[in-house]
Amino acid sequence: MQFEFLLEQVVNGLVLGGYYLLIALGLSLIFSVGGIVNLAHGAFYALGAYVCVELTKRLGFGAAVVIAPFAVALLGILFERFILRRFYTADPILSLLVTFGLAMVAEQAIRMIWGAAPVSTEIPQGFRGSVIVGDFLFSRYRLLILAVVAAILLGIWLLLHKTSFGRVVRAGIQRPDMVAALGIRLQPYMTAIVMLGVGMAALGGAFFAPITTVHPAMGAEIMTIAFVVVVIGGLGSFWGVVIAALLVGVVRGIAIHFEPAAGEASIYILMFLVLLVRPRGLLGERIEKFE
Amino acid sequence: MIRYPRRTLLRAGAAFVGASALGFPAIVKGQAEKIRIGHLTPLTGFLGVIGSYAQLGVKLAAEEINQSGGILGKQIDLLSEDSINPATASTKAQRMLEQDGAMVLLGEISSASSLTIMQVAERNKKVFFSTGARSDALRGKNCNKYSFHCDIPNTVMVNAVGTALSQKGMVKGKKFFTLTADYIFGHDLLKAAKTFFGAHEANLIGDELIPTDATDFSPYLLKVRQAKPDVVCCNLAGNQVTNLVKQYAEFGLPYPLVGFNLNTGDAWAAGAGNLTGTWPTVWYHTLNNPTSHAFVAAFSKKYGKTPENHAWIDYITLKLLAEAINTAKSTDSNELIAYFEKQAQFDIGKARKAYFRSWDHQLVQEAYPFTVKPKDQMKDQWDMLVLGEAVPAAGDPLETIYPTREQNPCEMKA
Repeated sequence: MQFEFLLEQVVNGLVLGGYYLLIALGLSLIFSVGGIVNLAHGAFYALGAYVCVELTKRLGFGAAVVIAPFAVALLGILFERFILRRFYTADPILSLLVTFGLAMVAEQAIRMIWGAAPVSTEIPQGFRGSVIVGDFLFSRYRLLILAVVAAILLGIWLLLHKTSFGRVVRAGIQRPDMVAALGIRLQPYMTAIVMLGVGMAALGGAFFAPITTVHPAMGAEIMTIAFVVVVIGGLGSFWGVVIAALLVGVVRGIAIHFEPAAGEASIYILMFLVLLVRPRGLLGERIEKFE
Repeated sequence: MIRYPRRTLLRAGAAFVGASALGFPAIVKGQAEKIRIGHLTPLTGFLGVIGSYAQLGVKLAAEEINQSGGILGKQIDLLSEDSINPATASTKAQRMLEQDGAMVLLGEISSASSLTIMQVAERNKKVFFSTGARSDALRGKNCNKYSFHCDIPNTVMVNAVGTALSQKGMVKGKKFFTLTADYIFGHDLLKAAKTFFGAHEANLIGDELIPTDATDFSPYLLKVRQAKPDVVCCNLAGNQVTNLVKQYAEFGLPYPLVGFNLNTGDAWAAGAGNLTGTWPTVWYHTLNNPTSHAFVAAFSKKYGKTPENHAWIDYITLKLLAEAINTAKSTDSNELIAYFEKQAQFDIGKARKAYFRSWDHQLVQEAYPFTVKPKDQMKDQWDMLVLGEAVPAAGDPLETIYPTREQNPCEMKA
């Protein structure tokens, strides 16, 4: 019985990890290609949640969860075009400062528009409750999230590995100088990557709006865990981030099974151990421009 | 171009995320001929949402007092800041008393932060009104002469909900599973709950201590299902209550969810379709009496929203403090303490008047259990709760729901 319970936690951890992935993958992509640690990433997650709540009132949750990420991704274009673009070749501390400032501005803007008190929305009736598969209990809604994440993951993998777009992006991560020498401008690719990353963060926010507190500081809340995932996974690696996200979810679940009070601490201990053994992260690649 | 190793970059990134948790001090202006009052409450973190209501409430009170002539003819200069965490709360409290010249402190929701401010108040021999902290220990073994406690303590919340549950046959012989916030407040609430379960023949079959930064409760919900209880009981606080309520509705577990702690702000944040069960509250804006009506009207007019119970408690605390200073004609700590210890009665917007109990400085007042209104009967998004009968019942003395002298180990040093 004990073992089954533990296994149930492991499976649940995988589901949760899939959700962390939505936020962490974008953060990792933007860093890998642009060399920018986007501290404003959480702000887009929060915006996704707020826009989703707002649209749900008018169009229903189904439409809101689809439109919100695209709306926020459009903001992402402006963010890349007018802010990030100035910092690709600048001292990295400047991009840290500017995205950190932007995160604060975004949080205050949300407070001014929607107020400090949380806003709320609900899961549509059809996705409420849980299903039992084998001996395991799953939230119906989280299974939906997991399916969407899996589809997105597949899409991004195909995009990066099977298209000419992906080839340029991957080359840009490793040798931006060579890409430039071949006469390819990386900037439009960067716009697309930022749009993609920011859109995924917003989708994460939209999906989690019905099951978490939607409040102005929610962006800061998610950033810590997204950072942990990216650091454990290793930069520049698609699969590293995927594995790290799932691992973080599973380790947290196992920790809670044995010692509930250590649930949140466990992921930091995991990060500590991984960095001790592999400072580059699980599957982190050597990237010349960051060494 | 300078190249930075990526680990330096990441380290800097992590430092920034950490720094954002610290917040920034307010700029202080020196002004003579004013009575300075220090207000601390969490504006960030899991209690930040209800803390911002508290700040709005205390600001409204200061404004109203100033418009009607101030305290002893002087205007109030209210200094209100984010208390952030217990260590910062204590540092800020010390600074407010020592450097800013505050004559009295009030505020706080976190029992852990309140405890550190209580120590600062005692050291500086200044009065502190702990407005929103509910841990029994603060007015029990940690009590001190300079600290007054305005919110209902954990024991009262447990008694209010427990009585309502008993009437529905949901206590005797039932198996309870509790989810408890892992800090002084939660531990204290669990202790009060255990006392109640013991006295009413209920069984506690499981308890999970939950770190206050947890936002995902799915692993805990799996453990609830594995234990198969009759009733699930929430001993959490702040945003965590909202998260749990939402995720409990998400998983749709068949066991009824009740709670020994809730602030109406958390209920509103959870949304009408998600909250069910029986919970306690200290005040709700639908209470039918003139003081409460006037406060709700003024608050809604000024801020365009309905006040939450922390807005109310910080508002009435500053109001009763002004009343006390004006009556006692002194701002001296000892004279104020002596005045309150005479158990002066205050109108706090409830059917019965309240008073600070002389020996533990607890504001003795009514409390209410509530259930949730069906969604189609709600007038607006704030109209969510159906208040039960006030406890204690109309004929009984107010103190019957509070810990007795034997139960409460408070000894004040002179």
